[in-house]
Amino acid sequence: MALQKKKTEMRNQDPTERINNFKEVPYGYNKEEAINEAERCLQCPKSPCVNGCPVNVPIPDFIKALKKGKIEEANDIIKSKNNLPAICGRVCPQESQCEKVCVMGAKNEPVAIGRLERFVADSMLDKVNTSADAVADKVSKEKVAVIGAGPAGLTAAADLAKEGYQVTIFEALHDTGGVLRYGIPEFRLPKKILDKEVESVRALGVDIRVNVIVGKSVTIDELFAEDYQAIFIGTGAGLPRFMNIPGENLNGVYSANEFLTRVNLMKAYKYPDYRTPVKIGNRVAVIGAGNVAMDSARTARRLGADEVVIVYRRSEEEMPARDEEIEHAREEGVIFKLLNNPVKIDGQEGRVFSMECIKMELGDEDDSGRRRPVPIEGSNWTMEVDTVIVAIGQTPNPLLTSNTENLKTESWGGIMVDDRLATSREGVFAGGDIVTGAATVIQAMGAGKKAARSIIDYLTSKEWSGKN
Amino acid sequence: MFKILEKEVLAKGIKRINVKAPMIANKTKAGNFIILRIDEKGERIPLTVADYDRETGIISIIFQEVGYTTKQLGSLEVGEHIKDIVGPLGKHIELEGYKKVVCLGGGSGTALLYPKVKAFYNKGSEVIAITGARTKDLIILEDELAEISNKLYIATDDGSYGHHGFVTDILKDLLEEDQEIDLVVAIGPVPMMKAVADMTAAYGVETIVSLNSLMVDGTGMCGGCRVTVGGETKFTCVDGPAFDGHQVDFNELINRLSFYKDEEEVHQCRLDEEVNK
Ligand SMILES: Cc1cc2nc3c(=O)[nH]c(=O)nc-3n(C[C@H](O)[C@H](O)[C@H](O)COP(=O)(O)OP(=O)(O)OC[C@H]3O[C@@H](n4cnc5c(N)ncnc54)[C@H](O)[C@@H]3O)c2cc1C
Ligand SMILES: Cc1cc2nc3c(=O)[nH]c(=O)nc-3n(C[C@H](O)[C@H](O)[C@H](O)COP(=O)(O)OP(=O)(O)OC[C@H]3O[C@@H](n4cnc5c(N)ncnc54)[C@H](O)[C@@H]3O)c2cc1C
Ligand code: SF4
Ligand code: SF4
Ligand code: FES
Repeated sequence: MALQKKKTEMRNQDPTERINNFKEVPYGYNKEEAINEAERCLQCPKSPCVNGCPVNVPIPDFIKALKKGKIEEANDIIKSKNNLPAICGRVCPQESQCEKVCVMGAKNEPVAIGRLERFVADSMLDKVNTSADAVADKVSKEKVAVIGAGPAGLTAAADLAKEGYQVTIFEALHDTGGVLRYGIPEFRLPKKILDKEVESVRALGVDIRVNVIVGKSVTIDELFAEDYQAIFIGTGAGLPRFMNIPGENLNGVYSANEFLTRVNLMKAYKYPDYRTPVKIGNRVAVIGAGNVAMDSARTARRLGADEVVIVYRRSEEEMPARDEEIEHAREEGVIFKLLNNPVKIDGQEGRVFSMECIKMELGDEDDSGRRRPVPIEGSNWTMEVDTVIVAIGQTPNPLLTSNTENLKTESWGGIMVDDRLATSREGVFAGGDIVTGAATVIQAMGAGKKAARSIIDYLTSKEWSGKN
Repeated sequence: MFKILEKEVLAKGIKRINVKAPMIANKTKAGNFIILRIDEKGERIPLTVADYDRETGIISIIFQEVGYTTKQLGSLEVGEHIKDIVGPLGKHIELEGYKKVVCLGGGSGTALLYPKVKAFYNKGSEVIAITGARTKDLIILEDELAEISNKLYIATDDGSYGHHGFVTDILKDLLEEDQEIDLVVAIGPVPMMKAVADMTAAYGVETIVSLNSLMVDGTGMCGGCRVTVGGETKFTCVDGPAFDGHQVDFNELINRLSFYKDEEEVHQCRLDEEVNK
């Protein structure tokens, strides 16, 4: 059989159609397409792809099982390392992880590992394997508290529950999922899938308590007093950054967090049936070019904005978003004004009316190894907009750390941990965005897994030899 | 789910509801608030914890029916449920070091004022309370306030009860007569708080106002509640809701509160339809 150089195409919802709805954009492979793509895998003995994956999914093994049509087996292989494959298959930045180092990718396109993972997980989704039987015969071990129901917290909770620990998750919002629910839109990650994954975590016996803000409703000390023997903090990086330029508090300037939370968590796209409004106008500028910016821009298009412009101070090459999201945004008519930086927002009658930008050029490399953008003097220009969405990054929310004694943090707010993910307080572990700063779903999951192992070690040995 | 245990109509369109929320009751201090969502489709709205009992775990909220959510809340009866309540949120106010405090409440702002009056009174400060409304029927919590203040003044715009005029008239007289007042707390409609802050600035008396910004999460996550205080951007939900009244940019606040006017009207129409069905 001739070698297929390119990935097997994934069918997508037509762009002209999809900008009118919030349904998922890529349809996913059918069985035939999946097996066709699986055939492209060379089953490399050294399988570099496995090391490219932050949680080391045994990629060639699951692909081999899939090739033989053994989907359930493929799913079990993936699940041995990845609790949330239906989610990761959709949102992992595969091009900079597993698929980046795929041997096929050297000369041709890499194997579409993410798409295959999605296919396998989706096929098994309705057969939620509760593993409840497996858990039932285990003795109930100590109580463990998990703070935050994002990917880090959900993963840690699931792994601990599988080992027989009594796990309670405390979540500040009224619903689970963290960024997966309030940040990533329905057209990229259907909430039905998240709900299934959360259901399977519950089925393991994990008690999820929403509307509890640790640090406000209850403190870490009080949790210990309630007989929780260990605590995992997975509170994410939810604090929005602003640009600190004039006009940023005008009506019509949203943080991406607010905009996406209104639309996703509060379902403002179903307004007025759902009561939370969102106001979008006709011309929208989105500042930034990461996943958060793409999600905001594509959401704005779907809410009816005629013109949506991404304003980014670096160039095409530095855009941090997943390739697929950038491509989809382009197909949906999002305009890119790269090498531009906003300097001022002007209003009329209290509402955004225009935004002034300055053009940038790339100078020398900075600490991150990227070329630093420098403003070109006198190149200011003005665009008329009625909405500005600021998507230039998030940092850890200090609500928990500032209300907890003896928990060491970095200057930028992240919690300090050692290589076991142990914090400076005995019995307290942390992982995910609250430790790394805004990163990825799979990294947060990986941290949740690692922390679960460390917690088990700690509770078994009762020894706290923290370096912190 | 939070079951409504008690309900009371305090004045036309102003109601009190008691619910059991032990975690919140246990942690609340004067100045804290909660965010609630009535049902799956509801908005998240902030309301002050008007009163709390750590023993029974019961909290009270007092609200004015101004729009969809507050009217829907007012239509709930004892035994019915509120889906989500989270808190306590915001910073509580500092009570230490004030000998003589004047507390002013305008309209339903009096409900927000009540826990602060109580806290200062219990702390041993001399408390002068002033409450005002458009007309006599809208004066709330009169007896309750009388019990926890050293002196209570009442003002109505139409003169149907107490002083004929604004609460600020009474405040002005007090400031003129009494040099010992070391704190003024003002809670009510934004124009009233602005008027108070402008007045006390002239007398150099420290003034705290409690801001009613629009909110979504109440945890510092969205930035929707941002206000400018002393030239800096602050988040009302985590840095406030109480701020130094002399530093607040009230005009910006008034503007930000008006952003969803059209949508609020849509809700209003739907609500009227539903009620008339
Ligand atoms: C819009 C957007 C799009 C993204 N797209 C992608 C993508 O395509 N691919 C990808 O890999 N990554 C993406 N990311 C990044 C990814 O979502 C995060 O790295 C990941 O969710 C971090 O997981 P976490 O569990 O550490 O934190 P979070 O997902 O942030 O979850 C933290 C949870 O803790 C709760 N919490 C916070 N404080 C408290 C407290 N004091 N008490 C109780 N609960 C608390 C929060 O409410 C939240 O539910 C995106 C992020 C955003 C915002
Ligand atoms: C920290 C905090 C504590 C509060 N505590 C109380 C309380 O104890 N009792 C109480 O009655 N209210 C309180 N409020 C105000 C309350 O949150 C609003 O009245 C409520 O959100 C209105 O919702 P709605 O859907 O009924 O009305 P909407 O349809 O949203 O609005 C109807 C009308 O009310 C105005 N409005 C909307 N939101 C606010 C707001 N946040 N403040 C003032 N006016 C608003 C609108 O401009 C409009 O004219 C508090 C607000 C904050 C920020
Ligand atoms: S979890 Fe992500 S990185 Fe790992 S194999 Fe799956 S798609 Fe690749
Ligand atoms: S590197 Fe690529 S081709 Fe090789 S085993 Fe992994 S997925 Fe298959
Ligand atoms: S309400 Fe969202 S940050 Fe204050």
